[in-house]
Amino acid sequence: MPKNEHSYKKALLSGLQEDRESGMKELHAQYKQKARRITAAVGTTQFTILLLFLALWEAAGRQKWIDPLLFSYPTKIVNQLWNSMADGSIWPHIGMTVSETIIGFILGTLVGTGLAALLWWFPFLSRVLDPYLVVLNSMPKVALGPLFIVSLGPGFNSIVAVTLSITVIITTINIYNRFIEIEAGYIKVVRLFGASRAQLFRLVILPASFPVIISALKVNVGLAWIGVIVGEFLVAKLGLGYLMIYGFQVFNFTLVLSTLIVIAVVATIMYQLVAILERKLTSGWRER
Amino acid sequence: MAGEDNRLELKDVSHVYVNEKGASLAVEKLNLTVRRGEFVSLVGPSGCGKTTILSMLAGLMPPTGGQVLLAGAPVLGPSRLVGYMLQQDFLFPWRTIRDNAAIGLEINGGKNAAALKEVDRLLTELGLPGSGSKYPHELSGGMRQRVALARMLATNPEVMLLDEPFSALDLHIKLQLEDLVDETLKRLGKTAVLVTHDLAEAAAMSDRVIVLAANPGRIVKELVIPDEIRKATPMEARKLPGFQDVFDQLWAELNRAEGGGGHA
Repeated sequence: MPKNEHSYKKALLSGLQEDRESGMKELHAQYKQKARRITAAVGTTQFTILLLFLALWEAAGRQKWIDPLLFSYPTKIVNQLWNSMADGSIWPHIGMTVSETIIGFILGTLVGTGLAALLWWFPFLSRVLDPYLVVLNSMPKVALGPLFIVSLGPGFNSIVAVTLSITVIITTINIYNRFIEIEAGYIKVVRLFGASRAQLFRLVILPASFPVIISALKVNVGLAWIGVIVGEFLVAKLGLGYLMIYGFQVFNFTLVLSTLIVIAVVATIMYQLVAILERKLTSGWRER
Repeated sequence: MAGEDNRLELKDVSHVYVNEKGASLAVEKLNLTVRRGEFVSLVGPSGCGKTTILSMLAGLMPPTGGQVLLAGAPVLGPSRLVGYMLQQDFLFPWRTIRDNAAIGLEINGGKNAAALKEVDRLLTELGLPGSGSKYPHELSGGMRQRVALARMLATNPEVMLLDEPFSALDLHIKLQLEDLVDETLKRLGKTAVLVTHDLAEAAAMSDRVIVLAANPGRIVKELVIPDEIRKATPMEARKLPGFQDVFDQLWAELNRAEGGGGHA
């Protein structure tokens, strides 16, 4: 709008305090308006892509461009979801998987932090264990699944064990690395006051690593989902992973895909909750 | 001076650093006495063991040879009698200013409501009124170094070890803080040892300046600062007629210590 441009340019040139202020306000308003327009455009595009994809899928399924038996189509999936929610059959599966995942990522983070603390406390132990950790970390840990099933029995315990095997090692390594790279000056400050090793850990090492621990928690949400779903593929009688495998075995791909959508939604919610927790816990805290 | 007035003593102190590459002699046969209430500066080229000396005085590491005495007793580890100020503030970003200043009290088990009130009073005194509940990132570099000063003073030590505490600051802030530290330590009657690269700072703040030479670190000259400069604040001292003379002497000594040719 050329008229606007002229008005603020004139306002800035006039040299009057009020004119200058109104001119600057106008510029700010224009800036904000532009930012809002871009945000709206992004949102619209995102929504359109989703809508197009769903419409195309629906059409392709109904017109038999793709095999509806294998790929199903959205309305069928929504129907399936609605029915399983209405008759309540989906909830125990969701409950089981969610509780396994939550226990998995919380326990994984706690155990990983504990191990890291142990390595920090005993540098000798850390040097001894170093090659073992490297090997364990490079190994695809889900391959241990059968071992857990044999030793812990098919069910909840082995699934949590699979999850832990995925999360613990990498958590330990990341958090331990943070522990040992804390700037020497911070450690010197408390040592000069005669702090014990326990005080050093409690007052400096642990709080300084807090952001890393929280971000490990976030990463572990994703890893725990892998562990739980794979674990359920292997043994479960209940849970979303079981539901997918079951759908696959009875050739009900609508069930498989609808379960996949449930997993995506629940995992996103969980991740967002942890992200909110992260922001809450680290507010006021800022790295310089 | 009577023996009990000697707050800090180094007796034939040597220190050797050992690592994979070998052993290196940081300081050799140092003898130094700092009396109660005295302000002594250590200047010298890099590698002359200034920080090594401070670390030994602070009890962070024992001397390889000789004795380090604090108030007549051998130094075996960090002591409550000693406060230490580092080049950077190293305030913990997750602690409020008050909690940062009180960390020494927390470690020593002396953190209570009365002590925290004292910390608040100290912060106000040092020009940080009402910032106790702020976080370090909300403060400027000079302000943060004031908090570090408060942290050191909060445990009420007798001896202050100052490890280039002003070197990371802008000149303007640096001069302000020099005056603040000088005034505060004089008022409280503290003993202080300052390590610095800045000859003018050493001349303006100290009662005595020790010039060290490197490889191995040793004392080559001890310069007593004239009374009128000692009594003035660091800022005023810089303007006194005798100041340039002291500075030139230090400059000449430092050049000699570095093995350089005769400047001045």
